[in-house]
Amino acid sequence: MTATIKAPIPGTFYRQPAPGDPPFKDVGDTVAVGEVIGLIEVMKSFFDVKSKVSGKITAFLVENEAPVTAGEDLVTLAD
Amino acid sequence: MKKILVANRGEIAVRIIRAARELGLKTVQVYSPADRDMLAASLADEAICLGDASQGSSAAKTYLHIPHILAAAAQSGADAVHPGYGFLSENAAFSAQVAAAGLIFIGPDAATINLMGDKVAARQSARAAGLATVPGSAGRIDSVAQAQSLAAEFGYPILIKAAAGGGGRGIRLVATPEELPRQIQQASQEAQAAFGDGGLYIEKFIRQARHIEVQILGDGQRALHVFERECSLQRRRQKIWEEAPSARLSPLLRQKFYDAAVRLAESVRYKGAGTMEFLFDDESEQFYFIEMNTRIQVEHPVSEMISGIDLVRGMIRIAAGESLPQAQSDIKAQGHAIEIRLNAEDPCENFMPSPGTITQLRIPGGPGVRFDSFIYDQAVIPPFYDSLLGKLIVHDGDRPQCLARLRRALGELRIGGVATTQALHLTLLDDPDVQQNRVSTNWLETWLPHHQAQLSDQASALHAKLSPLAAKGNLP
Repeated sequence: MTATIKAPIPGTFYRQPAPGDPPFKDVGDTVAVGEVIGLIEVMKSFFDVKSKVSGKITAFLVENEAPVTAGEDLVTLAD
Repeated sequence: MKKILVANRGEIAVRIIRAARELGLKTVQVYSPADRDMLAASLADEAICLGDASQGSSAAKTYLHIPHILAAAAQSGADAVHPGYGFLSENAAFSAQVAAAGLIFIGPDAATINLMGDKVAARQSARAAGLATVPGSAGRIDSVAQAQSLAAEFGYPILIKAAAGGGGRGIRLVATPEELPRQIQQASQEAQAAFGDGGLYIEKFIRQARHIEVQILGDGQRALHVFERECSLQRRRQKIWEEAPSARLSPLLRQKFYDAAVRLAESVRYKGAGTMEFLFDDESEQFYFIEMNTRIQVEHPVSEMISGIDLVRGMIRIAAGESLPQAQSDIKAQGHAIEIRLNAEDPCENFMPSPGTITQLRIPGGPGVRFDSFIYDQAVIPPFYDSLLGKLIVHDGDRPQCLARLRRALGELRIGGVATTQALHLTLLDDPDVQQNRVSTNWLETWLPHHQAQLSDQASALHAKLSPLAAKGNLP
């Protein structure tokens, strides 16, 4: 079954904690419930994107630093 | 000077266009793809998109992108650039490149920005002009050991600040000597990441501090003050409510602030509008210079309201080469003014940002009320920039009347579609400490956790007054 991690808020999606840092997660990594997979910057504030499901990341649907809307799928996961 | 390019967005872009038009000058507004329909773009004589839509609307690719802005200036034939606040307004390289392109930068030159915009250099200038600064390191700290010995001398708690920081960013509070080494290491890494400069300085933390600042206008020879503002109500070191004058100061104390600010401005031959910021120790009544902002500030309208001086027009005329037309004795303060910031943030949800579309709008009016904003019905508030929607400013004969007028005007305001801080300001107006101005820079953050129920009730009451369609948009 395929699950997704959605953007909780609109803004700009970042895959790493700071410029130059390694990404939080890559394709093939496993994710636990509550784990941070990225950041969203909205109005100059940064918010963690936490997974509500667990699984293995099969794809990032949004590039680093791309704009996202609330509810947009960011990541697909496999069991 | 004939045509000004406005290198900013939001409410301050609108403010600059208004001033330029009153001076008979043409305006060019730049905008990001997301800001295509913003108010300033439709008010200006010309509007130019920064970059192309495929590059997106991030500040870095648009309002912070110097080559795009200079290209827009060349394309439109603008002969001056107004940077507003934030973005490139205190960027010395931008000031220099605007001048190198043969254009007038409406603000100080690069050397002055370098001198007064760098927190460490500014404090050294202030001390050279005889002003007190908060006890702290004489410059950047070289080592943890040096910080430890200085902190022991000043006494804890202390603040660690980024030399290149600003707007409340890059500041850490350290309560005990044990925390200091780890905090310094983290602060330096953060400063390097955020500002490209890991330099730090440290200073003593004052427990009961008020934020008091003096507005300055300088023409390079003479400097004048346009009285003080008190901005002690802050959250995360961001101001949310500003007043002029400060109700806390006696005439004698007030004059000491003015003398210090003018002396410092003249010592650097300051040219343009600027603000000297001070911390006022409520217990000792000592005040300390903290920094200078070499630009127009968000809260400038309260000074305009009590003095009758148009600061934005003033800075444009100075940039065009005029001398200050007034003597200090020509500038008189009348009454009291208060500004509240309306941010697209939900005060009931830890100030979660709330971008979206404005679906209902009723703007307050009547005597002594000014609304500086860029919102209109159906305006889109993008997520890419700061959350300031606008400022409600009221002016009246004295502070109690001013508070009553603010309550009246806030009651007239209706904003639907996005969450705002309107409920916060209505709740603050009910508070005896706010009514009596018994506040400090820590007051609001201490108050907030104990007033969640009142905030929530106030927000619900506002929500119930919106039209059903508009109210829907305010729901999380």
